[in-house]
Amino acid sequence: MTDPILSVRDLSIAYKTGRKESVTAVSGIDLDLYEGQSLALVGESGCGKTTLGLGLLRLLPGLGEITSGSLTYRLKDGSKADLLKMKQEQLRRFRWAEAAMVFQGAMNAFNPVIKIRDHFADTLKDHSDGKKKWTKAAVDARAGELLETVRLDPDRVLQSYPHELSGGMKQRALIALAIALDPQVLVLDEPTTALDLLTQRSIVQQLHELRKKFGFTMVFITHDLGLAAELADRVATMYAGRIIETGSARDIFYEPKHPYTAGLINAVMPVKGARPQLESIPGYPPSLKAMPSGCAFHPRCAFATDACKRERIDLDLLAERPLGMSHTAACLHHDQVRFERKCDDTSADRPASTVASGVRSTVASDAGSTVEGDARSTVESETADV
Amino acid sequence: MSESPLLKLSGLEQVFDTRKGPVAAVGGVDLEVKAGKVLCLVGESGCGKTTTARAAAGITRPTSGAVEFRGKSLTEMNAAERTDYRRSVQYIHQDPYAALNPTRTVFSTLTAGLKRHGLVKGRAEARAKAADLLRLVDLTPPESYLDSYPHQLSGGQRQRVNVARSLAMDPKLLICDESTSMLDVSIRVSLLNTLGRLRDELDVGFLFITHDLAVAKYFAWDGEIAVMYLGKVVEHGPTPEVIGNPQHPYTKALIGAVCEPDPDLAKANRSTEQLRSAEIPSLHDLPAGCAFHPRCPAFEPGLCDGERPLLQLASRRNVACHVVARDRVPVDDRTLTFDAVPGSRRPEPESAI
Amino acid sequence: MTAVDAPAAKPRRTFRESTFGQIWTGLTRSPAGFAGTVLVLGIVLFSFVGPLVVDQHNPTDTTQIWTAPSGEHWLGTQYEGKDTFTILVNSGAEPIWVGGMAAIMAVFVAVVLGSIAGYFRGKIDAVLLQLTDVTVTIPQFLLMIAVVAFFEDIPPWGVAIVVGSTMWAFLFRSIRAQVMSLKEREFVEAAKLQHLGPMRIVFREILPNMAGFIFVNFVIAVNQAIYAIVGLYILGLMPSGTPNWGLMIHLSWQNNFFLLPVALPFVLAPLLMIVLFTIGLVTMGRGLDQALNPRLRER
Repeated sequence: MTDPILSVRDLSIAYKTGRKESVTAVSGIDLDLYEGQSLALVGESGCGKTTLGLGLLRLLPGLGEITSGSLTYRLKDGSKADLLKMKQEQLRRFRWAEAAMVFQGAMNAFNPVIKIRDHFADTLKDHSDGKKKWTKAAVDARAGELLETVRLDPDRVLQSYPHELSGGMKQRALIALAIALDPQVLVLDEPTTALDLLTQRSIVQQLHELRKKFGFTMVFITHDLGLAAELADRVATMYAGRIIETGSARDIFYEPKHPYTAGLINAVMPVKGARPQLESIPGYPPSLKAMPSGCAFHPRCAFATDACKRERIDLDLLAERPLGMSHTAACLHHDQVRFERKCDDTSADRPASTVASGVRSTVASDAGSTVEGDARSTVESETADV
Repeated sequence: MSESPLLKLSGLEQVFDTRKGPVAAVGGVDLEVKAGKVLCLVGESGCGKTTTARAAAGITRPTSGAVEFRGKSLTEMNAAERTDYRRSVQYIHQDPYAALNPTRTVFSTLTAGLKRHGLVKGRAEARAKAADLLRLVDLTPPESYLDSYPHQLSGGQRQRVNVARSLAMDPKLLICDESTSMLDVSIRVSLLNTLGRLRDELDVGFLFITHDLAVAKYFAWDGEIAVMYLGKVVEHGPTPEVIGNPQHPYTKALIGAVCEPDPDLAKANRSTEQLRSAEIPSLHDLPAGCAFHPRCPAFEPGLCDGERPLLQLASRRNVACHVVARDRVPVDDRTLTFDAVPGSRRPEPESAI
Repeated sequence: MTAVDAPAAKPRRTFRESTFGQIWTGLTRSPAGFAGTVLVLGIVLFSFVGPLVVDQHNPTDTTQIWTAPSGEHWLGTQYEGKDTFTILVNSGAEPIWVGGMAAIMAVFVAVVLGSIAGYFRGKIDAVLLQLTDVTVTIPQFLLMIAVVAFFEDIPPWGVAIVVGSTMWAFLFRSIRAQVMSLKEREFVEAAKLQHLGPMRIVFREILPNMAGFIFVNFVIAVNQAIYAIVGLYILGLMPSGTPNWGLMIHLSWQNNFFLLPVALPFVLAPLLMIVLFTIGLVTMGRGLDQALNPRLRER
């Protein structure tokens, strides 16, 4: 049990941009994933999180290529295998049976001219080990069971074409399809993006239930930190193709030690509690083709010193915890990052039923301040309420 | 509080003809926006918020009801008034990539309208004005953006150019249709901060469309929120009230569904009340009575599925819910006035019914 | 410190990114497109610069009738003893410029009418659509033959007008369709909200976005126009003033020269020129299409 189910070492992924040129999208990823864990890969668009997610299953599109590293999985039979050394045939059996992927955009992940039933039939037949014969009845039985698990009506859904289902139903069907062969690891790319708020919530609850029932290990990719707080035990923040901070969800959300993570959390607008004046991270993420020297975040960082421009440091161990939950951050100045979480007194006339944890957080830095906003309005309204 | 609204929508209805027959995307909406104030329209896809915004911007003509700008209905305007309306009310699209012409530079995009309306003379003046506009939206130094093409800019930068273009017309009202939803979190905050500054400094009114309650709360804290469901406003009031103490079961569900970046809070919230159905009914086949009743956790047979609930005053905001209307404690409305929340206002008597 | 840092982007659009730059990359990037461009440019140079270089003194010489290719006469001589190569050099200019003119006319008319019809729709669109329906139904070639036969001494620019007027209708429809789809784009709506005025929106906001599409269609139109003109000459329906590819084929056909082995260069040379020019234009068009069509460019 102490062996990780997936162990990634020094993984780098590049995309070809021309006949000889290529850009590195993901580099130097080290990651140990233990059974039953749920890891969130978070970051802004273009940080390489989707590339890494696809890379974990060797599902990179045509121009993407794993340039170095190893991906060792512990298979269901207990043996270990490096995904990068697998041949095409082994890979086919590995996917879905050992690890499966739920692609981004439930709208387009299904082939529009194939009925849901046939999607299940194709997956079951293509990726099973060949011992079981997937007759029509067997497929229907298995697919029906799966769809019921995700609260869909099999009689209706199996005979439908993808366009006949709503976005939420398609996402449920996709998840059902992904767990069809009982994989140990499930990778989900933006599982709730482009869905309506209430549908998002129901998918989140669904994933909680499924995880409780099947106990699979989950990696999900998201730009939504709220979703990460909701679903993840562990969080890894990515910036410019590297993991720059990892830790348990509580470590990351309550005591972020990388200025970028702190900035990201600081930019999330809370819906509960009082209204804080939020600050954004100045500037924009770098282009893969023109990566800054040293720490890639230094041009946007309030703590940056000359040392940050010169060299990039690896993840530093900040707090040791078992099962890969240790808090690590790649920042020279992590000890300066202070992240406060104030609990505002909720206004007197606000009923007790609303959760009273106003989230006000500040990065301890003055240089990070951005456009002058109207902090006064917050203060005014709070005092007026009392 | 006697100042007349910048924009007034009354009884706005928009019916689209589809293959399956006519569909009322917006079924009777009354709203007002005042100068320097924000009104947020919140709801899920298909609730009619974008349709309402497009009618308010004069892009589409409503099937019935009126859009009034500074007290004058759009249909009664003469050419000069129409031009004034067209320039005073600007619309910012959702997709920062599609809303800029890929073949034109930022300078050319920003000054096309100015040149057309004779607001600048000569190239030097146009460049100076364009640079001012870029500074207004925090794209500095402007010189490094003026000659860029849209594809050289990031999403956040493009959306700022879109805002700058609308500011060129010296607008009194900006209608933002999910204008921040395609941006990354930190970019979104900085754009909202910029928009908030414009609202305060230039006294621009906002009709702000979003599906994200957190964005609505952040941007419209001093203003109002109107929650729409299937073409109708179901709850409308001052933002702190609507967000802090929602009354309509739909608003409650929306607020409960937001994922906060707080793992402990998330764990505590996990057992929140579930909706009776996850699927939104089709506009073609609206449920009888309250359109939310098939999903509503507070549903009471006989009460909710009979008649359409009216939008009426309850706990310092308007709510369209039979259960809330029945259980309302009238004292609550009287003892605390709307003015308890700064920046908010009492709804006009006619909309309170 | 402001919220936004200076852009990573370069302030000026590089040549590669401009429309002409894209056309150039499209023409040079794929080997086929490059070969096509070389072919087309080569034949154009041959036909327009060639006559200035080659000795124009090409007398009738009864002692030299139908000689085989030699050092003196690279392609031999024809039935009057004139040098075939010299004739060939002089034969390209007219079909190419008349074809080009016709294509420019057709594209111009189609772009103007197509944009207006596609943007404004309504009555003007209905009328123009009717007009194109009529134009498309008339067999092009028959119309050309009739017109050319009616005006006996028609000058080359007249031919260009006739050919151009039969070709615009097809192009009109695709331009109209493009404008109709571009018009729904948000940047057009944004321009409308700025009250920019319809003509400005059509010709300054929408049209530049179709530059590549129009250019590809222009190349195709040149090809069609040259076919039509050469066809008219081959059938002997055009006044035989200046030498040209069609006329050469017509003469050999009329006098059964194509049965004469030694006369083969006289028939094959213009044929080869037409075939090569066509292939060049088509491959050039395809290369361009790939470079300029955003859907194909993505790959």
